[in-house]
Amino acid sequence: MTVITDTALQAAPVTKARGYWATVGRRISRDKVSMACAVILLLILLAAIFAPYLGLADPYQGSMIRRLRAIGTPNYPLGTDELGRDMLARLIYGGRLSLLIGILPVILAFIIGTSLGLVAGYVGGKLNTAIMRTIDVFYAFPSVLLAIAISGALGAGIVNSIVSLTIVFVPQITRVAESVTTGVRNMDYVEAARASGADTFTIMRVHMLGNVLGSIFVYATGLISVSMILAAGLSFLGLGTKPPEPEWGLMLNTLRTAIYVNPWVAALPGVMIFAVSICFNLLSDGMRSAMDIRN
Amino acid sequence: MFSYVARRVVYAIPIILSVALVCFLLVHITPGDPLVAVLPADASQELAQQLRVAYGFDKPLPVQFGLWVWRALHGDLGSSIATGRPVLAEVLNAVRNTVMLAVFAAAIGFTLGLFFGLIAGYFRDTWVDKVATSIAIAGVSVPHYWLGMVLVIIFSVQLNWLPAVGAGSGGSAAWAWDWEHMKYLILPAVTTSVIPMGIVTRTVRALTGDILSQDFVEALRAKGLQEFKVFRHVIKNAAPTALAVMGLQLGYMLGGSILIETVFSWPGSGLLLNSAIFQRDLPLLQGTILVLALFFVFLNLLVDIAQASIDPRIKRA
Amino acid sequence: MTDTLEITDKMLEPLEDIGGDAQPLLHVKGLTKHFPVRGGLFAPSKTVRAVDDVSFAIGKGETVGIVGESGCGKSTTARLLMHLMPRDSGDIVFDGRAVGRELTLRELRRGMQMVFQDSYASLNPRLTIEESIAFGPKVHGMADKTARALARDLLGKVGLRPEVFANRYPHEVSGGQRQRVNIARALALSPRLVILDEAVSALDKSVEAQVLNLLVDLKREFGLTYLFISHDLNVVRYISDRVLVMYLGEVVELGPVDDVWDAPAHPYTRALLAAMPSTDPDNRTEVPPITGDPPNPIEPPSGCRFHTRCAFAEAMCGESKPLLTEITASGHQTACFMAIPGSGHSKAPRAGVQ
Repeated sequence: MTVITDTALQAAPVTKARGYWATVGRRISRDKVSMACAVILLLILLAAIFAPYLGLADPYQGSMIRRLRAIGTPNYPLGTDELGRDMLARLIYGGRLSLLIGILPVILAFIIGTSLGLVAGYVGGKLNTAIMRTIDVFYAFPSVLLAIAISGALGAGIVNSIVSLTIVFVPQITRVAESVTTGVRNMDYVEAARASGADTFTIMRVHMLGNVLGSIFVYATGLISVSMILAAGLSFLGLGTKPPEPEWGLMLNTLRTAIYVNPWVAALPGVMIFAVSICFNLLSDGMRSAMDIRN
Repeated sequence: MFSYVARRVVYAIPIILSVALVCFLLVHITPGDPLVAVLPADASQELAQQLRVAYGFDKPLPVQFGLWVWRALHGDLGSSIATGRPVLAEVLNAVRNTVMLAVFAAAIGFTLGLFFGLIAGYFRDTWVDKVATSIAIAGVSVPHYWLGMVLVIIFSVQLNWLPAVGAGSGGSAAWAWDWEHMKYLILPAVTTSVIPMGIVTRTVRALTGDILSQDFVEALRAKGLQEFKVFRHVIKNAAPTALAVMGLQLGYMLGGSILIETVFSWPGSGLLLNSAIFQRDLPLLQGTILVLALFFVFLNLLVDIAQASIDPRIKRA
Repeated sequence: MTDTLEITDKMLEPLEDIGGDAQPLLHVKGLTKHFPVRGGLFAPSKTVRAVDDVSFAIGKGETVGIVGESGCGKSTTARLLMHLMPRDSGDIVFDGRAVGRELTLRELRRGMQMVFQDSYASLNPRLTIEESIAFGPKVHGMADKTARALARDLLGKVGLRPEVFANRYPHEVSGGQRQRVNIARALALSPRLVILDEAVSALDKSVEAQVLNLLVDLKREFGLTYLFISHDLNVVRYISDRVLVMYLGEVVELGPVDDVWDAPAHPYTRALLAAMPSTDPDNRTEVPPITGDPPNPIEPPSGCRFHTRCAFAEAMCGESKPLLTEITASGHQTACFMAIPGSGHSKAPRAGVQ
């Protein structure tokens, strides 16, 4: 038999090709902004987790005689709050709750929304209509209003705030997951997989998940930014955690009255929220462009 | 076009009903007796029962929902438990102030967003683009309630140029379009404008970039069209999507004003919602959310129709 | 180069040949697919008659071509045959066994494979070429190691050095090479029938010729039967034994490729052939043979669907539908009143005279 070869490219060197995710990983590790954001986030996270071992002051121990010290006061590098507690300690300990209530809703919504979106997108038909029309109802509320309405109805508390934010994000992730899944489902390679006799589960596992999860993951990373702002916002309104717990949004609230005495100390917790939020946004952007390997 | 509008209006009806249902159910996921706010601590069983009947809480849920919708259709959203005044009047009064704030903020945010977005997209990958995208990403990442505090610190506490809170002497009832009152609007409006500014910048930048890389732009340039006329084509093509995004943002500003109105004590619907939540004034909570959500649905409808009327591709779909 | 013997011991056992050469490999009867189109708020919903009562047979070892303008239902037919979408009605009989009754869908998928037009979209971008080819056999129970070895052997068979290509990703190879991969992927299940849906249409002319030759070689070596769908008449003529002409979801002409080319019986086929650009500059096409766009398949014309564009249309053409009728002993069939003796059309031969 004669084999007709595509000669020009046949001569290409024998190379071990890199996998898709390896390529993406290499691209993102070369992106200075994304790497800087990842490092900052990691530092904040690690500091929050290992706060008790960092030799910090007691974040709950206040003192009436050293209230609202300025930034740079000896022993209190970031000053003290309205009850004389060390700001540095409270900001670092505050990361524990703030990151939890900011990130957990997105993780929960990612799991629920991705499942719903995958099913709606892959099965299609009536099930798709049922899921997506229900989702539309939640889209009829601005997300801040919905979060506050549910949180307000359920009452203040960490769990309620996580629940309400999860409810807000599930529709958004479902919509993205559904549209990505529908797009991938109509690709010829999924048709080809069906034509080879594979069952739905195998097609989902081998051909759908890898092509769908990346985009949803990037979207969810960007959502953490919104979630951090909203979660801290709920606490700021008094709908999240309760004093004396250190939490960035709540700290902003209790320090509001201090802006006339020591304004810059009062603004510090917001800097933390801002930093985490912008880092997640930049990281999401960086991942999105790293995943677009065709350019 | 008429059939498109008719279809969109008809599709909005089930959404409106579902929104009403969600608002109605909000009260019933609330832990505790909805009467807690009005009942004296030592109230007798009879008094509690009387009030329960008076507020209709004794009837089965579907009946309560039906009655609630029926009354809402007649403009009756009940009365506030805390003040006893009709909910609708309270809400509409507050919404007026929020609309004022949102429109002012939209004017700032959309103008800046369009400007930054266009120059960033047009001068892609230059320093202009980098500066504009940095501003945009800061705008969408900043906790706006904190930004409000920082602006107050700078312009009220330190510089003493602008008032920190409220809506001027006499409150919202005595509002007038003069500097004495308008200066109260500046800080809240600037604060509200940063998120839409960021989002509009990002949208318009992406749109401009996409359009400029299309072949027809190449063709326009090839036939020797002046650059500013090419730019006009870009704007024409970006307009429908940009308009839709801006409409949505206006809706978010109306419905999501609670944090900013709380920071600035601005007497709008957000502040009303805040007090409804903390006084556990359920009819007021329900009514405020319903009115705001309906505003949002209505705005979305308008955006869809406006978009269709300027984008020939949509009408036929 | 791997030799034939080595490859067959790894390959899955092909579906058993039941009826011998006399029995067609694929027999399609009355295949129909209508798509509902949602109407507006005040408009009733309509249907697109994408494939309407299509019947034909493919003999063992034969290559049958399907030609027609875009939107005539060629690709829908392919997807219906592959059971990638449910059909409204019609029977699909594979080697004497009706699919869904004597033959399971899973078995059918071993017997019948498909190569798609878009070589990039038909390969999973996250899988290496080897993994893509090995996927099918693994679904049918082959061990991972054997399947990968088979994939490498097949790469050799389609003219791609396995040591160069096996571990590459689809975006790292050229369009022609990707289409070779897709052919290898289809062959991995030891099919007896391969549907090629515009499989070479997106390729450059030189690459197209190479892939066509490869298809001819593979057909001989693996004893395949092809259903070759294309809008390119030259390519169809080159590769096909018989050809089937579709117009708006219906078969209008069917027969041995030389008969159809030499003596096209349906005015639509004549127009298609006349519209073929000639390579000879002295033989230019000067008059546009068909005018107008194909009518909207949502509301196909009554009677003969071609009558709105046909130069010979008479009143009867809009009133009743001509049936596919045999006009020569070689199996040349057409659905045109002009070719049906005694049909009443002024240009039709008289009844009893052929």
